[in-house]
Parts: sequence; structure tokens; C-alpha cells
Amino acid sequence: MANLKMTYCGVEFENPTVLASGVLGVTAASLRRVVELGAGGVTTKSIWMEEHKGHKNPTMFGTKEYFLNAVGLSDAGIEKARGLFDEYSEGGRPGPLIASVVAGKVSEFEKIAGEIVKLKPDVIEINISCPNVEDEFGVPFACEAGLAGEVVKVVRGVVGGAGSGVPPVIVKLSPNTPAIGAIASACAEAGADGFCAINTVGPGMAIDLKLRKPVLTNRVGGLSGPAIKPIAVKCVNDVWKATGLPVIGTGGVMTGEDAIEMMMAGATLVGIGTMVYYRGAEGFGEIVREMNEWCDANGVKDLSEIVGVVK
Amino acid sequence: MDVKNFDTRPEVLPIKKIVKETDTIKTFVFEYDLGSKPGQFVMLWIPDVDEKPFSIAYDGGGAEAGAREFWLTIAKVGPATEALFELKEGDLVGVRGPFGTSYEWKKGEHLALLAGGYGAAPLYGVARAAVADGCKVEFIVGARSADLLLYEERISELGSDVKYHAATDDGSKGHKGYNTEVLEEILARDDDDGAGPIDRVFACGPEVMMKKAAELARTKDLPSQLALERYMKCGFGVCGQCCVDDSGVCVCKEGTVFDGERALSFSEFGKYHRDSVGRKVEW
Repeated sequence: MANLKMTYCGVEFENPTVLASGVLGVTAASLRRVVELGAGGVTTKSIWMEEHKGHKNPTMFGTKEYFLNAVGLSDAGIEKARGLFDEYSEGGRPGPLIASVVAGKVSEFEKIAGEIVKLKPDVIEINISCPNVEDEFGVPFACEAGLAGEVVKVVRGVVGGAGSGVPPVIVKLSPNTPAIGAIASACAEAGADGFCAINTVGPGMAIDLKLRKPVLTNRVGGLSGPAIKPIAVKCVNDVWKATGLPVIGTGGVMTGEDAIEMMMAGATLVGIGTMVYYRGAEGFGEIVREMNEWCDANGVKDLSEIVGVVK
Repeated sequence: MDVKNFDTRPEVLPIKKIVKETDTIKTFVFEYDLGSKPGQFVMLWIPDVDEKPFSIAYDGGGAEAGAREFWLTIAKVGPATEALFELKEGDLVGVRGPFGTSYEWKKGEHLALLAGGYGAAPLYGVARAAVADGCKVEFIVGARSADLLLYEERISELGSDVKYHAATDDGSKGHKGYNTEVLEEILARDDDDGAGPIDRVFACGPEVMMKKAAELARTKDLPSQLALERYMKCGFGVCGQCCVDDSGVCVCKEGTVFDGERALSFSEFGKYHRDSVGRKVEW
């Protein structure tokens, strides 16, 4: 049995698997259950300041190769988040809680970050990369280095400088840019402590041939699942090489070996979401077991040995 | 749609037939081999409008030889179903599923089925399959008044193994009062015309009614199964909209049909559910 414990931005995780934002996560009980089933930590659905309706169904479907979704970041706002944090923390948090926050304008990121920090999340993840939500200029913040840096700067300002008692501030990056490394560098300069890469790819579109219409009511949706893993691995490697900051490697991880691959690319933790479609929430425990088996078979005593071995 | 191979793209089908049940309830018939079990549900996509979960009322052989069909009995309750009610026979809709768990029984058992309102539709499918398994069925349906009692004729056509018991709030048909009172009375009998005591209680309808059904079954040490209703997006355990407190399990995947004792153990059962943005709403 290898040591699977990882320290990410100063926060300790029992193992590197983390529930990615947007899957399950509507309720504290579902987050607790994911930890009970084996996840090292969990991420909330993206939290808005006010209620956000999201898109009409159909909002998602899967195939063997990929999964397409346009949930559109539905959320009841900060008031509900307070209840979720209380319930998740009752009797002690079963694992670290990463708070994903989202907003449509730079000034609103400042507001939501100011409120979320009061709930003492273990990590604050700024979601600037959902392909279903665009900023006022029609592009996600994560696709323009200047905007991305600006968001990090205002969040850093309201949360406080990196140090004791201040939760690490990380940025969820988009793969939908030709230069993810440059975006990451801009965020790092603006004060980001780490990253989560990647958000969904695309967006993509699927058409029903009988109806001659897009399947998703929103027409387009973010692509996830097995097909996007090579893109995610490449992006994680880019971000790691560009900044040297800790990364939650996310995208297409279905198995323990997928998770190992992500860590070799530079990930300290491994974000897992769409896997739940293919293996159920029970898959977290199975992936941890598979990682352990891989370590034993390959003489790895401590998982941290393999982080970023691919230069 | 091939759920086993993880393909949950909607299957687009023409509406074969529309049957008016009451002023606000219609049954939509589709010719398709859905392969569902009694109590399962589908996500029904009304193009350009929305997609919602509906339980399957019947899935099996149709009127024509060799034809397989399934029925969805749907009440007009909001914008999506209003748009659905505008559709005509031949119009196209999308179907994903079947999803969720089903009611389970053993051959030759004596079953008590408790239906509230349009819960009669999915329990009709259960009764039809159970009778084919040699079961005897007490089918208890409750509604506000006689004209709102669903599926009465179809249930009576299931033969002598199914006994129909109506309960109405206004006494216009059957027992005047709650259908749970009829269930209580049936459970109190030791023997019912040679069918023997009840082996299992199934319920489908308002949550407070189902809670009462599970509690009544418990007093007789009987197993019960209930179908929970929650807001859903995916239908396959990913979006998390239908997770129940305080177990955190998804109703769409580990339910919708739960063992009654398990449902009673959910802290939110009979108290609240959640809306489309995840906010708690009391029943």
C-alpha cells in the first residue's frame, strides 16, 4: 500500500481524487456520500451570488465516448450555500470542501468571493471557464489573459493575501484557448495559488437526425468524458510547466491509470466528474484502489513521487 | 437508446395515439420496444420546450399482433405539459430511458397497491404484470371525486385476480375519505376471500400518503415499496438534483422505487423536496 495522501496548496487530502464541480454537489448529503465512497475531497457546484436558473432540459446525455452538458450553472445563490456549508461541516468535515464560485462580471466575482470566504471553504475555486456562460463581451474570462488576471486580482483583494487562515485561491481554466499556459501565467502573476484544469471542451453540438434540431435545448454544451482526456493531460502539463503551481488535473479520468497519467502530467490532485456517469459514485473508491494497485505493481511508495515527471 | 452501452441520446418517436383520461390528464401511446420494468420512468423531451421525467403506465404487447407499445399518462401541471397537450398524434417527441428501479414481487403473492391520483397509472402496469405472475391484487385508488378516478375501466379489465377499491374525498364513489383508510382496513383482515393475508404493499402518489402506507405496512411487519418523485435533469445519477437528505442517494438511480423502510429513514421524506435550483421546498 503506497502513501496516497497529497498536500495541495497547504491543504491535506486523504487521496488525490476530488469530485469535480457540477456533478452531484447540489446537496451537502450528496457531497458527504461521495467522500464516504472514497473521494479525497469534493467541490461544490458553482455558487452564484443570486439565484441562477440555468438552461432548460434536455441539458445532458452521454455516449460511450463522450458526454455533453448545458446545465448552465443552475444554483440557488449564496443563501443556499450557507446551509450547504453548515450541513457538510456538521460534526466535522469528512474531507476538504472546495467552493466553486462564479459570476458574470468582474465586480460580482469580488462580491461572491467576499461572501464565500466567510464560510471557511478549504479552497476557493474561481470558475472563469464554463463554456455555457459568457461574460459581457461574449467570451469566457478564461480565454483572455487580461480578464482572467483581473478576476483573480479582485478575488485575491477581498479574500486576503496567501497565508495562514486564508483559503488558497485557485482558478478553473478553460481548454478552449490556444494558450492555456499564458492564461495560467497571468493568473499566477495576479496572485493565484493553484489551478484546476480543465473545464469542459468546446462547446459542442449534437443534432437529432429525425427532428433536424440540436439535442440540447441550449443548442450547444460542454464536452466531457473519456474523449477529452488527451486534451486535459496536455493542458495540465502546459499549466504545470508554465507556472509550477499545484494543479487539480481534471478531464476524462475514468480509471486509476487515467489518474496516474494526469499526475505524471503535473497534477497534484485529480478532479473527477463525468466518471460518475460510467461507474457511479462508487467509482471513487474503485479508482483509489486501482491507483494503489498501480503503485504496488510499479514500486511507487509515495504518489507524490510521480507528480510532474513528464517535463 | 442503448443505456447499457452508455448511449443516453434521446430516441425520437411519433406519438401513436392520444387518449383523453380526464380534462387535465391524457395518455400518450408510443409504438416502441422500451424494455422497461413496472415502476421505471423515462425522460420525455418536448422539442423546443423542455424535458421531464414521467413514470411508465404500461409497457408490453399492443393491440396489433407483434406490436410493442408503452404508455405515459400525464397530467397538465405546468408549461412543459401544457406544450405537450398541444401536440397531436404523429408529432415527434424524444424519449430517454427507461431509468430507475422497479417494483419487485414474488410469484403468487397477495399485493396491496395504493394509488393516489395519477399514481394509478404506473400501478396499473404493476398490477397487469403481477397478475401474469399469478398474484392477487387489491388495487386501492384515491381521488377527490369519482370523475377524477383514473384507469378504473382498465383495472377492471384485468380480471378477477384484481379487486378494485375506490376512495373519494366527497364520497361520490367507494369509501368516503382517505384511500389509506381502505388500506388499513384491508391489512386488518386476516383473510380476504381465500386470497390470504397481504404479502406486500406498493404505493404511488402524494408523499404524505406513501409515508402513511409505509407506516401501516410496518405495523403489520410487511415489506412496502414506494415511488418517490423529485426534480430531475439527467435521470442517471449525475446532476445531483434529486439527491435526498440525509443519505445523499439519487432518487433517479437508487429509486424511484424504494423499500418503504429505507424511504422512512430519509430525513427529508414526507417533509420537503428541492426545486430546479436545489432549494428546499416543503410539501
